Amino acid sequence: MASNGIRDRVAIIGMGCTPFGEHWDKGVDDLCVDSANLAVSSAGIEIDDVDAFWLGTASSGISGLTLSKPLKLDYKPVTRVENFCATGSEAFRNACYAVASGAYDMVMSLGVEKLKDSGYSGLTGSFPPDDGSDIPLAPPAAFALLAPAYADRYGVDQSELKEVFTRIAWKNHHNGSLNPLAQYRKEVSKETIACSPLVAGALGIFDCSGVADGSAAAIIVRAEDAHRYTEKPLYVKALSFVAGPATGTMDPEYGYISFPEVVRTAADAYSQAGVTDPRAEIAMAEVHDCFTPTEMILMEDLGFSERGQAWKDCLAGAFDLDGELAVNPDGGLKSFGHPVGASGLRMLYECWLQLRGEAPDARRVQAIDRGRKLGLTHNLGGWPGACVSFVALVGNELG
Amino acid sequence: MPTTATGIVAYGTYVPYWRLDRAAIAATLGVPAGKGTRAVASYDQDSTTLGVEAGRIAMAARPDANPPDAIYFATASPAYHEKTNATAIHAALSLRPGAGAYDFTGAVRSGHGAMQAGMDAAAAGRSALVITADVRTGLPGGPDETTGGDGAGAFWFGQGPDVIAEPIGSASTSEEFLDRWRLPGSRVAQVWEERFGEYALVPLAEAAITEAFKVAGITADAVDHLLVSGTHARAAGRVAKSVGARPEALAADTVTPIIGNSGTAQASLALAAVLDRAEAGQVIMTVSVADGADVVIWRTTDQIATYATRRRTTVAAQIATGRSDLPYATFLTWRGILDREPPRRPDPDRLGAPVALRRESWKFGFSASRCTACGTRHLPPARVCLRCRVTDQMVPEVLADVPGTIATFTVDRLSYSPSPPVLAAVIDFDGGGRLQCELTDADPTKLAVGDRVEMTFRRLFTSAGIHNYFWKARPVTPTGAEEEN
Repeated sequence: MASNGIRDRVAIIGMGCTPFGEHWDKGVDDLCVDSANLAVSSAGIEIDDVDAFWLGTASSGISGLTLSKPLKLDYKPVTRVENFCATGSEAFRNACYAVASGAYDMVMSLGVEKLKDSGYSGLTGSFPPDDGSDIPLAPPAAFALLAPAYADRYGVDQSELKEVFTRIAWKNHHNGSLNPLAQYRKEVSKETIACSPLVAGALGIFDCSGVADGSAAAIIVRAEDAHRYTEKPLYVKALSFVAGPATGTMDPEYGYISFPEVVRTAADAYSQAGVTDPRAEIAMAEVHDCFTPTEMILMEDLGFSERGQAWKDCLAGAFDLDGELAVNPDGGLKSFGHPVGASGLRMLYECWLQLRGEAPDARRVQAIDRGRKLGLTHNLGGWPGACVSFVALVGNELG
Repeated sequence: MPTTATGIVAYGTYVPYWRLDRAAIAATLGVPAGKGTRAVASYDQDSTTLGVEAGRIAMAARPDANPPDAIYFATASPAYHEKTNATAIHAALSLRPGAGAYDFTGAVRSGHGAMQAGMDAAAAGRSALVITADVRTGLPGGPDETTGGDGAGAFWFGQGPDVIAEPIGSASTSEEFLDRWRLPGSRVAQVWEERFGEYALVPLAEAAITEAFKVAGITADAVDHLLVSGTHARAAGRVAKSVGARPEALAADTVTPIIGNSGTAQASLALAAVLDRAEAGQVIMTVSVADGADVVIWRTTDQIATYATRRRTTVAAQIATGRSDLPYATFLTWRGILDREPPRRPDPDRLGAPVALRRESWKFGFSASRCTACGTRHLPPARVCLRCRVTDQMVPEVLADVPGTIATFTVDRLSYSPSPPVLAAVIDFDGGGRLQCELTDADPTKLAVGDRVEMTFRRLFTSAGIHNYFWKARPVTPTGAEEEN
């Protein structure tokens, strides 16, 4: 099975990201117009310069008209994609391939989600009619299944694990407090996090990502054209995506302590980019911290921690802003909420700022100052045992 | 005398896990509510699911026998009108498509009607599984609430060497009068003045008893166990005395005093408990007093002795594993009397009828599939093997009676449930296969990875007027069960 990648063949030359939050005063159309305009002005181009569009939205609209109508695009190709929580990253991946193929010179990838019009807190969605036998487990409960299994497998005390989860939430809220675009821009004490009302299993409300509206967009061109638009383009080093066989929920060999889908995408992305020691080479990672146990396990699946060690690394601060490898320096889903279609591009936006030296001083990733040049974004869609996974690597230099 | 016996070839009952202590009613309402407990169907049970559980136990006693030719299901609390409820039981018991499935619904007397139909079918050479089940409710503090009880019985009638009790005489009387009634759509039954019912019912019962003795060719002193059932307790008490049976035969009903009066299922549960302890050659008289009377005189056969080794459980054992700390407010909520604030989540989607039909053997029969190439089990059934990836080399495998172990679990406080929180677990089945499903009849504070569970047929929720039936896991050793003295 080949996965050749398109290392250094395309580059990002402009990005935009709206504030994430409860935008009672903005609809899907407004969010699309806002992020598209931000991206276009960041690249110094006009919207009409863009040849084709990839729109990621999970549930805020169907068809390319969701984007062409508010932007009044004149008969341009608009592809709407959906792939669970990796929707925004899928829009980016496919847009990159379109440029790499030579089909278009300049494309836009835009992710958007408007969740706060549903009347419910938490994700809602509709699925095709079924036989009623699939139990409607809420997402926090599905991810809460990881905690007892991890504790059992590695002999970690449940209360120690709770401390790890609390620190992850605390770290991401700390980072988010330094980010003007985040939904939650306050530090939250460990005590508040640890004592928050239980939602599922050991997970309290502060172990869950928020629910927000938002949008983000990127302009992509061939790498050789990038310098016509910016001094500091971001080069795409690797794009990997898999949909797992969804057998974990029916195979007793699945242990609920790992996401095999993530392991596969990480290995594929590292191979495309020539990364051999991710913890030593990558400066920052924006990972899918939908729930705190997810971030802990991702540290192992992405190769940042040894198996059974992530809980210790998290407690030791290895993934803090000033740590060896900063994880979720922008505050993550924890601080931004998770407008499904927008999240992947929002993660990329942080790489765009950090790797170009444009992040505010207070949240600068120190590993970049120490000379590291790679950023990673990751999304997970679905639940333990049955999910899709996306990993991208971007860098600020060719080669 | 025919060489082939006709009668009961197997039986089973189901007494729900939960009990309501009548003292809880008294404490809340400030009215006398009597002593003891009544059985309570959980929020995820209805007459259909109670019936399935009783039917499973009856059928487990004869695993190698030809399955019944028909199911007759009686209840005064049907889950559906217009459509047949017995078809869900038929599907959950994985009966062959050629078997009939019929409801006897509405009246409490339907319970005996179904039993009589089962006996008639057996006499005509067809075997029938008769299931009676009821969820009994009334207004808070009323006699139907305090004296009622939920439960189910299943009696399999047929011919052959498995017969454990034969009907040796029966008789019925009928008359039209208003003792007890309920309008369609109302959940509350009405009754005429108690003394009038007694006046009308007792002579009808006495006439039927006299006739049944005549048909059987025995007299009252031959009766070893007398069971008089009916919602009119005073009339039933008088009828029992008027039979003239020996004093030791009079205390035969050991079930109603503990779980309450289960309506259409009352006679079945009481008869099952007698058969659990009866010896060969004993005479059991059942008298059902409702809109007339129905009397059957049974004689146990030699087979009753070996039945004890074939049955999975007894009525007494089911009663003993109950849990009686159910709060009265929870009981009222489960029965829809207390309208509580729902979780702030969308209602669950209603199921798709065509999908449910395509997946009937999975959804109702809990039939998984096993790969014939590598032996891997799949829940739900799949066409492509998850292990060896071969396509369409599967054989069906019913796992309803296969126990499993909890691999991991959680308490879901966010998802919709008729009784939050949802207990969810990943179950690894003995012999292979895994399913993520709900746990029920369990105490979340006592759950642990590695706990043993078995499957039970439940109603997950009702959405847009459609009941969603599926299987849940429950602890093999009920958590929170009281220590019985």
